[in-house]
Amino acid sequence: MLKQCEGSRAVADAVALCRPEVICAYPISPQTHIVEALGEKVKCGDLKNCEFINVESEFAAMSVSIGASAAGARSYTATASQGLLFMSEAVYNASGLGLPIVMTIANRAIGAPINIWNDHSDAMSQRDSGWMQLYAETNQEALDLHILAFRLAEALSLPVMVCMDGFILTHAFERVDIPSQAEVDAFLPPYEPRQVLDPSEPVSIGAMVGPEAFTEVRYLAHAKQMQALELIPQFAGDFRRVFGRDSGRLLHPYRCDDAHTIVVSLGSVLGTLKDTIDDMRSSGVAIGVLGICSFRPFPLAAVRAVLQHAQRVVVLEKCLAVGIGGIVSNDVRMALAGLPTSGYTVIAGLGGRAITRASLQRVLGEAIEGSLEALHFLDLDRKIVENVLERERALRRSGPIAENILRDIGTVAARVG
Amino acid sequence: MRQTVNPAKSEENAVFQIRIHGRGGQGVVTAAEMLSVAAFLQGKFAQAFPSFGSERNGAPVVAFCRIDDREIRLREPIMAPDALIIQDPTLLHQVDVFSGLGKDGYILINTNKNFAGLGLSDFVKGFRHERLLTVPATEIAMKHVGRPLPNVPLLGAFAALGGLIAIDAVCDAIRERFAGKVAAGNVAAATQAYRFVLEEEAQAAHA
Repeated sequence: MLKQCEGSRAVADAVALCRPEVICAYPISPQTHIVEALGEKVKCGDLKNCEFINVESEFAAMSVSIGASAAGARSYTATASQGLLFMSEAVYNASGLGLPIVMTIANRAIGAPINIWNDHSDAMSQRDSGWMQLYAETNQEALDLHILAFRLAEALSLPVMVCMDGFILTHAFERVDIPSQAEVDAFLPPYEPRQVLDPSEPVSIGAMVGPEAFTEVRYLAHAKQMQALELIPQFAGDFRRVFGRDSGRLLHPYRCDDAHTIVVSLGSVLGTLKDTIDDMRSSGVAIGVLGICSFRPFPLAAVRAVLQHAQRVVVLEKCLAVGIGGIVSNDVRMALAGLPTSGYTVIAGLGGRAITRASLQRVLGEAIEGSLEALHFLDLDRKIVENVLERERALRRSGPIAENILRDIGTVAARVG
Repeated sequence: MRQTVNPAKSEENAVFQIRIHGRGGQGVVTAAEMLSVAAFLQGKFAQAFPSFGSERNGAPVVAFCRIDDREIRLREPIMAPDALIIQDPTLLHQVDVFSGLGKDGYILINTNKNFAGLGLSDFVKGFRHERLLTVPATEIAMKHVGRPLPNVPLLGAFAALGGLIAIDAVCDAIRERFAGKVAAGNVAAATQAYRFVLEEEAQAAHA
């Protein structure tokens, strides 16, 4: 059924259609609307056979999810930013124990300085946690990926994070097609756990494993994620048969076939990139964009297949590995090993800074003419940076950077973008 | 009889972009969302989203709505709006609300003054006068809803001004959002503001 609604509401509808049995939640912006909507559904009886558990922290949210999943319940939670960091230890445990929890990450920056707006720093900090990570381009895809995520998680007995851009998607109203219960039931079979904590047949889960087998347990985690590279396209095919649309493939290539320049990115900025690329194409530039939906597992071979004939690849990422630069870029470079492709990293959209077509066109033009630096910060305000450096040169006790910058730039409430 | 203006047809397949300025607590974001629902109910693609600034009561707030005949992929803030809805005229002195607006743009301001009374005579020279309008939306809201929430009457006025969105779709969007007395009051407020604009236009036509 077509509906115009908030992204968070669409995701809540999708999760409810997946018949979760336990939902744990601790509120944090911009994820809150999702679990609020699910809480309402449980409370009013729309979502039956589901326990909604309010917990005292994100650490507890993941711990309770682990317990619920280990007891054989289909389990869901959602978080963002500091919340994800706070639950990090339990995040690793969920994957290490092989529990197919699905968690929405409403992507948000990490402090300090505190910032509630969107970038990918939170999810990227957990990219090696053993969870699979799928990134949504639109609210329709965010909705669809949750249905796919439960199928994928339970097939492999591994947890999945569905990452959607905070505010940009979670708080955007747009058209979505909400599937029927019958369609979701046809796609997602009931959960059949590989391991269950059952008092009538007692087992323990979570043994200590020493050097004799730790590597093997880790290897199996990796091997299972590699299986997901086969399963995701297969499930995406099933998804299309049941729901009639493409969602949740490994990659979303757009106008890449004859492109000399390909921009690689993930999440909601892909829409703005496609509009930008269309504009550049209409003035004769051979350019395309490659969207990565599955970041973990990372589809090395598929990425290489799309990029191998390009002369240059620009990775646009909403995260920063301080001290080196790109995060996604490293994986993309690995996919390009041995090829003579020029590579650029553009860090963009940190802490909610708008990514505009004008800035993208400028930076892509610079990449094409060869004047772009290998690591570029989109729309970096050099004046702000210089002021701080100047102050630090002049004064030993120069004070806190964030507060000084805010004083330098004055009120920002009057700005539109 | 009023001529129906359809701004979306002025340029084929062009997206129509509306920027709403107001203050925290005036329902700025809700207005953009309801506008997108009204457009959706007319079979259009629409996208509404808040600006990502601090949202506190009284602080300047911006929300955006794009309306198109095809899927909207762009996620940047609206920097060159086709229409502006200004929920609080005191923002004129604080925020560059007109940023990016062309001379063909629509301006709808909540005030009981006119453009001259707001000191905007010089600014609006060269604008198309049938696209400029002030509406006492707060007064209309007080009368029908009992609270100073100008957002819904302004949507009613926008339906009359642009012709892009039908008043019936605005009323349906209101009913989708609110229930009972609140919905009825808001529908009445939107409808009165809509009629107010039609009357203003009729008077202008006879002047």
